[in-house]
Amino acid sequence: MTRACLSALMSHWRRNPVQIFAYLAGLALATALWSGVQAINAEARASYDAAETTLGEAQFDRLVSRQGASIDQDTYLALRRAGWQVSPVIEGRLGAVRVVGIDPITSPTGFGALDAGGPLPLDFTGPAQLFANAQTARDLPDDVTVTLTPDIASGVALGDVGIVQRLLGRDDLSYLTVAPMQPMGRPDLATVAPTLRLQPAQQGASVAQLTDSFHLNLTAFGLLSFAVGLFIVHSTIGLAFEQRRPMIRTLRSLGVPLNTLVTLITAEMLGLAAIGALIGIVLGYLIAAVLLPDVAATLRGLYGAEISGTLQLRAEWWLSGLAIAVLGTAAALAGRLWQIARMPLLASARPRAWVMASGARLRVQALGATALLIAALALSLFGQGLMAGFALLGCLLIGAALLLPVLFNWALAHLQTLAKGPVWGWFWADTRQQLPTLSLALMALLLAVSANIGVSTMVSSFRTTFVAFLDQRLAPELFVQVDDAAQSARLEAFLTQNKAEILPLLSTKAQIAGQPTDLYGVRVGQTYRDNWQFLGATPAPWDAVQAGTAVIVNEQLARRADLWVGDSVQISPDLDLPIAAVVGDYGNPHGQVVLSEDLFRTLHPDLAPLQFGIRTDDTDQLRAQITAALGIPDSAMINQAAIKAMSLAVFDRTFTVTAALNVLTLLVAGFAILMTLLTLADLRLPQLAPVWALGLTRRTLGRCELLRAVALAALVFLCAIPLGLALAWVLLTIINTQAFGWKLPMYLFPADYLKLGLYALMAALLAALWPATRLMRTRPSTLLKVFANEA
Amino acid sequence: MRLRPLAFLCLWPIAALAQGFSGLGTDAEGFAVPAPNPSFSFPADHGPHPDYRIEWWYLTANLTDPDGAPYGLQWTLFRSALAPGEGEGWQSPQVWFAHAAVTTQDTHLATERFARGGIGQAGVTADPFRAWIDEWTLEGADVDNLTLTARGPDFAYDMTLTADGPLVFHGEGGFSVKSIEGQASYYYSQPFYRIEGTLTLPAGRVPVSGTAWLDREWSSQPLAENQDGWDWFSLSFDDGSKLMGFQLRQSDGTDFTSSTWIAPDGTSTAYPSGAFRAEPLAHSTVAGREVPTRWQVALPDRGVDVTISTLNPNAWMDLTIPYWEGPVTMSGSHTGRGYLEMTGYE
Repeated sequence: MTRACLSALMSHWRRNPVQIFAYLAGLALATALWSGVQAINAEARASYDAAETTLGEAQFDRLVSRQGASIDQDTYLALRRAGWQVSPVIEGRLGAVRVVGIDPITSPTGFGALDAGGPLPLDFTGPAQLFANAQTARDLPDDVTVTLTPDIASGVALGDVGIVQRLLGRDDLSYLTVAPMQPMGRPDLATVAPTLRLQPAQQGASVAQLTDSFHLNLTAFGLLSFAVGLFIVHSTIGLAFEQRRPMIRTLRSLGVPLNTLVTLITAEMLGLAAIGALIGIVLGYLIAAVLLPDVAATLRGLYGAEISGTLQLRAEWWLSGLAIAVLGTAAALAGRLWQIARMPLLASARPRAWVMASGARLRVQALGATALLIAALALSLFGQGLMAGFALLGCLLIGAALLLPVLFNWALAHLQTLAKGPVWGWFWADTRQQLPTLSLALMALLLAVSANIGVSTMVSSFRTTFVAFLDQRLAPELFVQVDDAAQSARLEAFLTQNKAEILPLLSTKAQIAGQPTDLYGVRVGQTYRDNWQFLGATPAPWDAVQAGTAVIVNEQLARRADLWVGDSVQISPDLDLPIAAVVGDYGNPHGQVVLSEDLFRTLHPDLAPLQFGIRTDDTDQLRAQITAALGIPDSAMINQAAIKAMSLAVFDRTFTVTAALNVLTLLVAGFAILMTLLTLADLRLPQLAPVWALGLTRRTLGRCELLRAVALAALVFLCAIPLGLALAWVLLTIINTQAFGWKLPMYLFPADYLKLGLYALMAALLAALWPATRLMRTRPSTLLKVFANEA
Repeated sequence: MRLRPLAFLCLWPIAALAQGFSGLGTDAEGFAVPAPNPSFSFPADHGPHPDYRIEWWYLTANLTDPDGAPYGLQWTLFRSALAPGEGEGWQSPQVWFAHAAVTTQDTHLATERFARGGIGQAGVTADPFRAWIDEWTLEGADVDNLTLTARGPDFAYDMTLTADGPLVFHGEGGFSVKSIEGQASYYYSQPFYRIEGTLTLPAGRVPVSGTAWLDREWSSQPLAENQDGWDWFSLSFDDGSKLMGFQLRQSDGTDFTSSTWIAPDGTSTAYPSGAFRAEPLAHSTVAGREVPTRWQVALPDRGVDVTISTLNPNAWMDLTIPYWEGPVTMSGSHTGRGYLEMTGYE
């Protein structure tokens, strides 16, 4: 009996191939985007873990040279012999690879990532041996023996300090890590190694934390598309059940027990769901593989985080994709099975599509929507933190989506009363009658279009601001990086002689107001006065900075430490200065404090400027002169145009991923409409047949279908504009502020929205084209059959 | 320092200390192997022997403060070679590590240090004698007159040592056999130090004085495959005589023992396996393991039959390589103080 029953159930799909396609494709698309995004996130997270464990850098204090130079090995030995438990690290580059040498015997982290891999063939005396992953190994010179270690961060090769010294041709050290346990009675650093200073462990600014926001962004997109995909699944399941009511009634009348039927249907739907999800996981892998290089570029550009460019099939994402797809299906299925279980044996097999949308259901939906929107409002007023931001987004989007059918019902009822002539009256009434079934697809379209409006507004506003920011900040025509204090002094002397305006930049890292902060010393001059624009400032901020009586902080620091113009900030243990201005800074996520050059030198007398901005009319000539006179390599110099181009390239790549995900969600929404219309087509014959019988031609009916799709899409688009703008506002003022520490001004791009509106209309038109064509080609006999049983 | 890389790095040589010597076998892999009838040359042999795999300068002391409260002190410098010989700078295959500990009746403080050979962070020179790692030193004009210092996060000590007797050579003139198959080490001691100085403990500084015992040993294949660990005793009796005895526990349940009787004037008699006996009387749970902390020790040939009690049963060296090491007292045929080391109790 089971087999007969199953075959009867499956016959439904054979007769409705479009439905099974919709079901599988809906699930596949939903799972694809979800698992694709998860795959990217998993890959990135694995890379961060590798980076953290490879070097374990962030967790220990360091001793670094005061001059920003390297450290003599004798200094290291002097410290050890004084009892300081420090361990040497040398860093350098071999081509594109960052090579890090440590002493595994004294390192507080041991060999980091290599630890987990079991015994290592450590040989201090043998040929040059490094550890790296396969990708990095390809970039290392051929004469280096590389032991492949997948857990090591990309772009990094690890080795013994002695071996790395040999490979780099050096005999010094880059910095020393300080072990957490130190012996009692240890002498002061100043007496043992006066040239070094203690740099506290980086707290609260690990790469993983910085990039959290970016991954949350991706996850939100993944969830959004998953929700849209589940709309498809939900509506397909609904239609399939409505259509199968007569069959279920017949099967039960023939004596199939309810339990057997429910079990079989559950097995059938979940089995299909698993197939759909598996297809989705394969697609997801492909999406992730295509997007990963862009994501990698983004993370490198924004945060300096290296992530592996190759994708691994990790259980954490493909299993979660499978699970969430099957669970989503099960949720959609549960309600329907409940209905079957409660359905009286000989209940009418009348399709529910005939039932007008019940007023009660709409009221419930309206209430739910209102509650969510109120929650969104409350979150926007009182919410704290990134998660609250995303919760706000969720409430806003779902609330708006739930409200859509309610609004449509109201709007269509009005249009119906305004309609002239019976055909238009019928058109609007019929549209309204389809609303309960179409509304899921329309909600999907609403979400996709408003996400598009919101995200593109955010990205374009960001870009506009960023370009302006680059113009302010990159005023000097040439930038030069030097290696040490001696070179710095020679360069400055040379440039002064040549009467160029020099903007030396002194920098060091510090902990200010509890935040890891970059401290900058600048030579206040016309360039700064002319170009920097502030978010808020005292009347003459540069005069105060120049006098050493005030500082400028960037927006990130201002927000995190809640320090604004007029507030006082502690720059060193015995110096507090007021903030003269807060400057927008869209180039990095860290906090910054800008001091005058003189004040900086007083606080850090050992530091020399290692970066210079130079105003010049002839960049190429000056570059050549600097190389010729001082031996500074051309590669240590970059001109303004190149930096700008590079920065914009990074920016644009950053949002390639966002744009790609946007297009994909729009596609999924278009597909949802197509599938709903297709599955509706057959159900609607009994409603269309009387109209046809009254004299409307099939062609006219087909045109009506197209017109309806376009009209509905237009209405959706009208609703999507305010929703999209609200979304953009949340992204710009709440999510960005939390994630990056900067608030961006919102700009509007009406031309873009218009274009997007056209796309949405076209998507709806295309989606309706096939069902409409089918309708036009319906044989009159099929339409006549509707009346066959009416006596 | 995380355990794994070091445990690996030192897998063979250091494991011998704590985890028995299974896997070490008899193959010395290019390292020099101790040979019978050694002729030592001093002061040079107080210095390192890089062609051998493992070597130590092992000092233990029984101390008392002015109130008569007993203390134990340990200072050990280990040399462990990844390959025979020396190398330039970081390329040296020599790895150094050291343990320091102070034991009182109710606390046991221990710490450790690590260093690469070849760069000057640790090493030993014979003349003048100087053994060091980081700021820890054991040094002096010669080994009879030394100063000793070590520092940890919660304790430190600064001591001076003066030897009142000659060096004592174990086994056959310093060739100390460790198994029936003939594994052996070079092994001699200076058991006649008077020691005094200051312990810096969490509670404050404590002046102390007492006696100390320095062991010097080097080898390349110290144990046989079937040996799991050892129990080593250095006992100083109140009548001035001394006894060094150890037993290597074998996987078949039998023991290989070795011992040296040292008369008050320093003349010594070595005994072959079987002459010295040590039986556990009671165990204590220490660091989650059952460790014997009362022993019956006998050398019938000298009329020695004593019960050994630990000053502090919890003298567990909770370091990268864990083992038990602490001061003991004895009663029975003889009375006195000494040190006990137990390895391989996993």
